[in-house]
Amino acid sequence: MSRELFRFKGGVHPPDHKAESSGRPIHAAPLPRQLTIPLRQHIGNPAKPVVKVGDHVRKGQLIGEADGTISAAVHASSSGTVTAIEPRTLPHASGLPDLCIVIDTDGRDEWVARAPLDYRNLPPAELRMTLRDMGLAGLGGAVFPSAVKLDPGAQGACPTLIVNGGECEPWITCDDVLMRYRADDILRGVTVMRDLLGSTEILVGIEDNKPEAIAAMRAAAAKLDYAVEVVPVPAVYPGGGAKQMIETLTGKQVPTGRLSTDIGIQVFNVGTAYALARAVFHGEPMVSRLVTVTGHVLRPQNFEVLIGTPMRALIELAGDRDGVTGVLMGGPMMGVPMPLAAPAAERAPRAEDADVPVVKATNCILVQSRELFPPPPPVLPCIRCTRCADACPAELQPQDLYRFIKAGDFGRAQEYHLFDCIECGCCSYVCPSHIPLVDYYRYGKSEIWAREREKRAADLARERHEFRQFRLEREKQEKAEKLAAKAAAKRAELAAEAAAGTPPPAAADGDADAKKALIAAALARAQAKKTQAAPKNTDDLSLGQQREIEAIEARRAKIRELARKPLASEEDA
Amino acid sequence: MTAPSLHGRDSVTRIMAWVLGALVPGIAVYVWLFGPGILVTLALATVTAVAAEAAMLKMRGYPVRPFLSDLSAVVTAWLLALSLPALAPWWLIVTGTLFAIVVAKHLYGGLGQNIFNPAMVGYAVLIISFPVQMTHWPGPLELTQTALTLGQSAAIIFGGDVPRATLDAVTMATPLDTLRTGLLQQHTVDEIVRAPIFGHVGGTGFEWLAFAFWLGGLILWARRIIGWHVPMAFLLGVLLTAGCLHFYDTDRYGSALFHFFAPSVALAAFFIATDPVSGATTPRGKLVFGFGAGMLTIVIRTWGGFPDGVAFAILLMNICAPLIDQYTQPRVYGEAGRRRNT
Repeated sequence: MSRELFRFKGGVHPPDHKAESSGRPIHAAPLPRQLTIPLRQHIGNPAKPVVKVGDHVRKGQLIGEADGTISAAVHASSSGTVTAIEPRTLPHASGLPDLCIVIDTDGRDEWVARAPLDYRNLPPAELRMTLRDMGLAGLGGAVFPSAVKLDPGAQGACPTLIVNGGECEPWITCDDVLMRYRADDILRGVTVMRDLLGSTEILVGIEDNKPEAIAAMRAAAAKLDYAVEVVPVPAVYPGGGAKQMIETLTGKQVPTGRLSTDIGIQVFNVGTAYALARAVFHGEPMVSRLVTVTGHVLRPQNFEVLIGTPMRALIELAGDRDGVTGVLMGGPMMGVPMPLAAPAAERAPRAEDADVPVVKATNCILVQSRELFPPPPPVLPCIRCTRCADACPAELQPQDLYRFIKAGDFGRAQEYHLFDCIECGCCSYVCPSHIPLVDYYRYGKSEIWAREREKRAADLARERHEFRQFRLEREKQEKAEKLAAKAAAKRAELAAEAAAGTPPPAAADGDADAKKALIAAALARAQAKKTQAAPKNTDDLSLGQQREIEAIEARRAKIRELARKPLASEEDA
Repeated sequence: MTAPSLHGRDSVTRIMAWVLGALVPGIAVYVWLFGPGILVTLALATVTAVAAEAAMLKMRGYPVRPFLSDLSAVVTAWLLALSLPALAPWWLIVTGTLFAIVVAKHLYGGLGQNIFNPAMVGYAVLIISFPVQMTHWPGPLELTQTALTLGQSAAIIFGGDVPRATLDAVTMATPLDTLRTGLLQQHTVDEIVRAPIFGHVGGTGFEWLAFAFWLGGLILWARRIIGWHVPMAFLLGVLLTAGCLHFYDTDRYGSALFHFFAPSVALAAFFIATDPVSGATTPRGKLVFGFGAGMLTIVIRTWGGFPDGVAFAILLMNICAPLIDQYTQPRVYGEAGRRRNT
């Protein structure tokens, strides 16, 4: 059984460094004294806390509920007491703090009551909501809420299901060992995916540098009552990217701006399939994951880690060494440098500085040293050699994007498909001038987002201003019309009175009388008004009207704020 | 500085060093068949280029070491030197090199910013300003029977007291010049190529020089220093244009193979038109660029006022490169209209 494979364009072959950590079996990391669990671990809305400081929680207990469809719940990874709900530093390049629930563990690791889900008899929509509430998110790196991806959508079925065991990034081996040791569980998760999506073709793509994983998955697949094709694919970075894996296995490309389900394909990471199996067949929410700890440590290996465990504990567990120059979350190509707690200067960074927790996205903790990751040579000007274009799997012209962004011509960069860049880093890897190209693209993207936000705020303000002008004009006109109508009515009334009281021949006299009467009436009205001191229209308001006005004022203030500080809200970046 | 934390081994220095290395077979054949004069020219151009580069970098406030060690100035110097007559006077070499480095490269913004190929700008300036001195081509030793030593070559280049007779004895009209003059005198191509300067397919000696440049070019391609697009398109442009003309009138237009196996064409196809900075960057753009340059080379050789058309052809295509790029943007991943998705 051999399948025709397709070669996606571009890609690079960095040294894979997988052997360092893949040889050792999975080791359960010990329970830490304290867990820091961020409420924002997935793409979409952050979870909303449902516990209070002082609450006792059990392992697997819901502590943050999903907020909306594109969201995932967050659970206590062990039993203990909630000691804080406050912003803490997140494992993110920005090093910015965000809301976390801190749990002091009690060492008992007591589970909440859990039971397998009767998934075959649950309506699919209800099952998806349950999975969302069990915190399921993609473990391949993007942490997209899995429940959303398990919806076959309007077509009712997604014919092809691809299980991604590519793991193309150097150094990382957590998917490799998961497939070696837990292949049966992964495929139980795949069965649930298949049932939910109505898939008829199930492919497992694994890079051919993982022969043990391929053998284990094949052995497990042979036991199933439906066909699962385990396909070794050539090891090319970024061959494990979802779009690249789709192209390698099917020859199809996902059309720009559309989803893979639009061409009848859905892709899940093997780790996600495993987590799904734990959720469905054991009733366990997502409270742990496999993490590769490798690089400049004494014993590189894979740990089963509770979400919220401090990274430094894992580095110490793997044996920390002197000469650390940095810590990456993820691999060397797309990994994010972790904010290190120590003051920048004075001394070299150490393991204990990695004071950020493991989250659902943490597939690898890569400890850097000068020997393993020498600083790049000085940056030279671009010589337009187009090695980057040859390496780009998104088939872009990176040299042009770089030129446009450097010149501040973001419009051109967008025209040249900047937003199709997947930030895989191949261009920077091959650049003979050592230009940090991906940094330029990220900068370009965030500038464009910021400008769009600014423009939206300005458009809103302009719209409001224009409407106000229109309203004022309309009110003025209405007032004038009303006055004119009133005057006409009065005149007609007086004319009628005059006609009744005085005979028509004494027209001149009557006219003068009528005028006098008009003046007298006006004076009397003015007098009456003075004594009365008519109430303003903002007085004597009902409670409902008052609330309405307050709400309007609040909205206005918000808009004013938005218009003044268009860069303040970065959360959708 | 964020991702990626990993870098390949490629560097500008490595690329330039490969280009220089790939020129060595050509230079060796040059010395063997035409005498050691070219070594003096190469050395003089190199020294001038490096000095000019260092001075310009210093004046522009750039760090001298990293930029000088990228070897790009040396590549410019060698390409210009190989385009010049090997026995041209020293001031000609210095002027051309200075113009290439100072004006064509640094006044346009230095490495990566020059619109025009610096070596070709240097050549163009010289051929327009000093057409007579640009004819001091040493003849192939096989025909001149007089071999100059390195010292004698240097003496000629540095304007030492060399008898006119010696100079006349060692220099000769190139095959291209011979063809041009013959055609002007109303001879047919068949009559002209009976002259001893014409060899098997190209010029005597010249054809071997061309083969040596071909060898170097193929090494660059095999090492992925250059792509196939530009050389292939350039050679195709030369072959098709010259072939059509020759087919149209065999008496008035030289054969396609004669043009094809000229050293200037080999040098241009593999070493000059492939300059990434001043060329097109998209795959289709590279094809257009190469083909246009090849075609213009023959057009200028045939109808132009100068003996060879490579330099002007390259410079004209340099002007077009940005436009070519704009109109040959490739489809990106997932863009509509891809054959595979339909």
